[in-house]
Amino acid sequence: MDVAIFWAPAVLAVVSGAMVFRFDSMARATFSLLTSLLCVGGLVVLLGLDYLGIVIVLMMTIEMAIMAVFMVMYMMNPAGFMPMTMMHNKKGAAVVCVLLFLLLSAGILLAPWPARRGKAPADPTMELGMSLMGPQMLTMMTLGMALFATIVATVVLATRRGRYDRLGDDLRARRADDPVRGGVGR
Amino acid sequence: MSLELFLLVAAALFCVGLFGALTQQSIVMLMMGLELMLGGVILGAATAWHYIAPAAAEGQVLIVLAVTAMALEMAIGFAVVTALFRSREIDMTDMAAELKE
Repeated sequence: MDVAIFWAPAVLAVVSGAMVFRFDSMARATFSLLTSLLCVGGLVVLLGLDYLGIVIVLMMTIEMAIMAVFMVMYMMNPAGFMPMTMMHNKKGAAVVCVLLFLLLSAGILLAPWPARRGKAPADPTMELGMSLMGPQMLTMMTLGMALFATIVATVVLATRRGRYDRLGDDLRARRADDPVRGGVGR
Repeated sequence: MSLELFLLVAAALFCVGLFGALTQQSIVMLMMGLELMLGGVILGAATAWHYIAPAAAEGQVLIVLAVTAMALEMAIGFAVVTALFRSREIDMTDMAAELKE
């Protein structure tokens, strides 16, 4: 039973991952990627990390839904259901990837992996929380800052109006030319 | 099931993702390749935690890092696509070749 529980998501993850780049439409590719990443979440749960596995499943479901919206926005055909081929250097990339897989497989199969050390905690989620709020606090703070920086960067990149629009070509306008009044000092 | 089997699946996912990242012309599809690669990294980290050092919480922290990287990559990627599309009306990597200059 355990073997089936492993092989089903494992094979599905790799096959649907490969199908992402075989499907003719971006919409199908998105759902194929979603299937692959859901299987990764399932395998993580199988490894005993229930919380992280479920987080991956939830996050990927929402992420792929957002990705589908962006496809509708940017694709040359509505929702990306029309056939398309948008690839370059297929042969070279295939050779690189096959060689890398063979190299990684050789390393995986030949490396003298260390024996299992220690026992899994009764509650891995509790262990993760205690670690992030204790010895790994710096990691948590760095992640927090990275997320904050991402929010600022995405807004700056995605917004239509830049500082030259607001403060003029020489950036010397005394008051910013904003469509809506407000902000600091006004 | 063994450590090697899980790692082989992770390696396969990483290589399939790399193929996508190297071949795709659409930036959104390229990002899908990166997501698959990070999926492989997550599975590899979870395998290492389970089979090598289950008592160490750092393995789980590494997965949190990879999951966060996935979210950041997607957010920044879409913002870059939006900026590119707004200025040039393109969503293909080949048409944005001048960015490397």
